Amino acid sequence: MPEVSPAQVGTGPIAAPQMPDDGIVVVVKRDCPTCLLVTPALEQLAGGTEPLDVVVQDDLEPFTHLAGARMDTDLDLSWILDIDTVPTIMRRSGGVEVDRAAGWSRTQWERLTGTADLAPGLPEQRPGCGSLTQDPAVRSGLRVRHEGWRLAARRIQISALDDEMESLFERGFTDGLPVVPPTPVRVLRMLEGTTRAPAEVVAVVPPDLVECTVEKVAINAVMAGCKPEYLPVVLAALEAACTDDFNIHGLLATTWFAGPLIVVNGPIARAIGMNSGVNALGQGNRANATIGRALQLVVRNVGGGRPGGVDRATLGNPGKYTFCFAEDEVGSPWTSLATERGMAEGASAVTLFAAEGVRGMADQTSRTPESLARSFAACLASVTHPRTVIAFDAMLVVCPEHGRVFAEAGWDKARLHAELAELLLLDTDPLLAGVGGLDMGLDPKWAGHKLPKFRDGGLLITYAGGKAGMFSAIIGSWASGPIGSQPVTVEVRS
Amino acid sequence: MSQAPMPDAGLTVLDPTGERSVAMRERLPRLDTLSGRRVALLDITKARGDVFLDQLEQHLVRRGALVTRYAKPTFTKPAPVDLRQEIAMQCEVVIEALAD
Repeated sequence: MPEVSPAQVGTGPIAAPQMPDDGIVVVVKRDCPTCLLVTPALEQLAGGTEPLDVVVQDDLEPFTHLAGARMDTDLDLSWILDIDTVPTIMRRSGGVEVDRAAGWSRTQWERLTGTADLAPGLPEQRPGCGSLTQDPAVRSGLRVRHEGWRLAARRIQISALDDEMESLFERGFTDGLPVVPPTPVRVLRMLEGTTRAPAEVVAVVPPDLVECTVEKVAINAVMAGCKPEYLPVVLAALEAACTDDFNIHGLLATTWFAGPLIVVNGPIARAIGMNSGVNALGQGNRANATIGRALQLVVRNVGGGRPGGVDRATLGNPGKYTFCFAEDEVGSPWTSLATERGMAEGASAVTLFAAEGVRGMADQTSRTPESLARSFAACLASVTHPRTVIAFDAMLVVCPEHGRVFAEAGWDKARLHAELAELLLLDTDPLLAGVGGLDMGLDPKWAGHKLPKFRDGGLLITYAGGKAGMFSAIIGSWASGPIGSQPVTVEVRS
Repeated sequence: MSQAPMPDAGLTVLDPTGERSVAMRERLPRLDTLSGRRVALLDITKARGDVFLDQLEQHLVRRGALVTRYAKPTFTKPAPVDLRQEIAMQCEVVIEALAD
């Protein structure tokens, strides 16, 4: 069992140190020339009738002669007041802040303090400096001190005598590769990637059917190596995966190869720098790599789905570490996968697909869409087994050089779908059990029929890849439709 | 500037798991005999599961068991709660034909 540390943070926000209900508060630091410059203004205000608080972040010495000067111990007040710049001057009235100005501006300070001829020897204005609370080294500690209480997850203390990476392996938290230790500060930073509350339940995750909060997703996203801006994509992917239609429970438990593939559409894919071009299905892009991994870590850690436990895959496939890519919507001659599946144009969305490995489809010869479609059909017919029909779905990832052949001939995606459906309406006689000495096949009762390779809607077409190479990809699936897994598209929310 | 207090110089991480506490349930006592007892045979609808269960049913009936057959709508998903309830209410023993 992991050691559990005593609570290191309180159960609620740290109370703000005392401030005057009515009066002026100025936050300064010694290490800021503008703060030192405005000392005559502070002296003038201190001699006035209104209460003045001078809150000093670093060193009280230059301000000790001012009656209202005090240190901001631990920077708690600066954090609570959300100070970006010093000096910042604020007016308080009836216990609340009613006005604020950053830096030195005579006009603003005079207006805010109701003082005429404030420090006439000073220039009209000077920009301030960064508040100490903005110092990255300080900010991390402050964030945990002030916001750590928002995190409900159990704290695990890894001793200084242990290597933290090894410790996370030993606890069974990883997928076999090292993970980023999910410290409170990293998780708080991750949570800034979404507007959703940490305690909000995103989905009930199989196989243990655990209610998974935004916070737990954020913890696993940190471990996977995500940036905060990827978090909305991970959240949408988890929502989609845990629907009854997608059925990640069955997908996890099956002896078949498949695991969840995430296809990302819409502006967010470009905003977070996802790869839809060269090597789109391969390694090397942080967003592609870590979003898919984060989903699998949630299934492992929150849902309890582990290889050898509920995951019974005979062989599995390397995509079960991570499998996520963006569609190349800019280069594509077609409507996007998400739009085709009902999302509004311009919306960001994820489509979850139960995916086995990637198989290549080479055709460097065809220059007509009719010929190329036949190539696609010939290869698609072998998905799962050449003799299975209406069994497993498939996804076709059309590369740019193949896409161009269709685009130049004026074939839209609907036309390609229709032509492939026609070409993949298979004569059953060569597929019957026993034909050609091959025992596997259709029941002889199907002799003399024509049956489709894929169920209606069981072939997905996407567009991605580098500009060179007449190599498209076929990604097989798993038991399809209501009896197994159906592709699910969910909008990505902020 | 003092940092948040730390119990030692080690590292605090957050638990990435579901933090479940395992419920312990006592098993029902094993039956002395199947004679006169109601046995559920649950077919998960994998190919030829019915063939296996047909054989099993014959053996059970010869031993005097009363057999009721059930089937999951699909082998890829857990049995629906209603089906599990139904089996629990009606039967004393359940045998599930798992996998091919």
